[in-house]
Amino acid sequence: MWKWLHPYANPEVSFHFTGKLMPWFSVLAAIFLSVGLVWALVFAPADYQQGESFRIFYIHVPAAMFSMSIYFAMAIAAFCSLVWQLKLSDAAASAMAPVGATFTAIALITGAAWGKPMWGTWWIWDARLTSELILLFLYLGVMALHNAFEDKNVAGKAAGILTLVGSINLPIIKYSVEWWNTLHQGATVSKLGKPSMTAEMFWPFLICFLGFAFLISTIICIRFRTELLSRNSMRPWVKKLLLSPEKLVPSSLSGDK
Amino acid sequence: MQFDSISDFLEMGGYGFYVWLSYGVSALLLIILVIASNNQHKVVIERILARQKREKRLRLAAEQQNQQQVQNTSSVNQSEDEIKNINDSNEVSS
Repeated sequence: MWKWLHPYANPEVSFHFTGKLMPWFSVLAAIFLSVGLVWALVFAPADYQQGESFRIFYIHVPAAMFSMSIYFAMAIAAFCSLVWQLKLSDAAASAMAPVGATFTAIALITGAAWGKPMWGTWWIWDARLTSELILLFLYLGVMALHNAFEDKNVAGKAAGILTLVGSINLPIIKYSVEWWNTLHQGATVSKLGKPSMTAEMFWPFLICFLGFAFLISTIICIRFRTELLSRNSMRPWVKKLLLSPEKLVPSSLSGDK
Repeated sequence: MQFDSISDFLEMGGYGFYVWLSYGVSALLLIILVIASNNQHKVVIERILARQKREKRLRLAAEQQNQQQVQNTSSVNQSEDEIKNINDSNEVSS
């Protein structure tokens, strides 16, 4: 049943496959992000309570959601690498960590810039904010471990264990607004059933969300391909590939955000 | 369109600083991430190419050395022959 997946465990096949996907991802990211962000900044209505400061929502919420979903993906990759010794999933996990860290930082910074006018403070040590900060430290720890060892297999194992142990933080972030009294408001979008926002706000949000998804896919593809090259630099396929450099560059990232 | 003028748009109903801070920092971080990822890709390729070049140079140097050694041994033989010839001719002249 899963046999069609097997060829993708080959680094050469994966390298060319991600190379084909990357230009599409980058073009879609550019389109969705430019449409979504203009819609969010100019055309979306202001919130009846929060006024124009609500426009931070269109970056803050996608960034926070992706900071957690990238960690989830990284935990799956780490699990596969620890259980089935898949070298490719190590490369994938190490490609995802810096992207996740960036989005966690964006979620924290935009959250602070939204909290100052709404709550009157940049930062407060409550459950949602603290657990998101811990997520950032987990990402930084995983990145440090990936770079701490000369032997990439040892590095992958150490980083993988930290990733799996740290994944306990994910449900804590998700349910922190329900388990503890917190300043942070509850879920707006990801409620089961109807999201508690009007369509005028939901559509630009969805487009921004998809735009960030494609941007993340693009960056992870670049980093994944870099990891594949550096981990397989002694293999014949890499040597052959480098003899014809035009095959190496599948796309220019022009027009990307 | 929610805003009447550009200055209205920049002001964001009094929240301008916070909104533009959020969008600015996010854009900056993402641009840095994209540029860093692209650069790293190029650096890795260059490093592999440089190593390949070095290996090729080392291989060539080793081959040249081998050839030179072969030539040296033959030239040593030649010079020995020459000395012998000179000695022979000296003996004849004396």
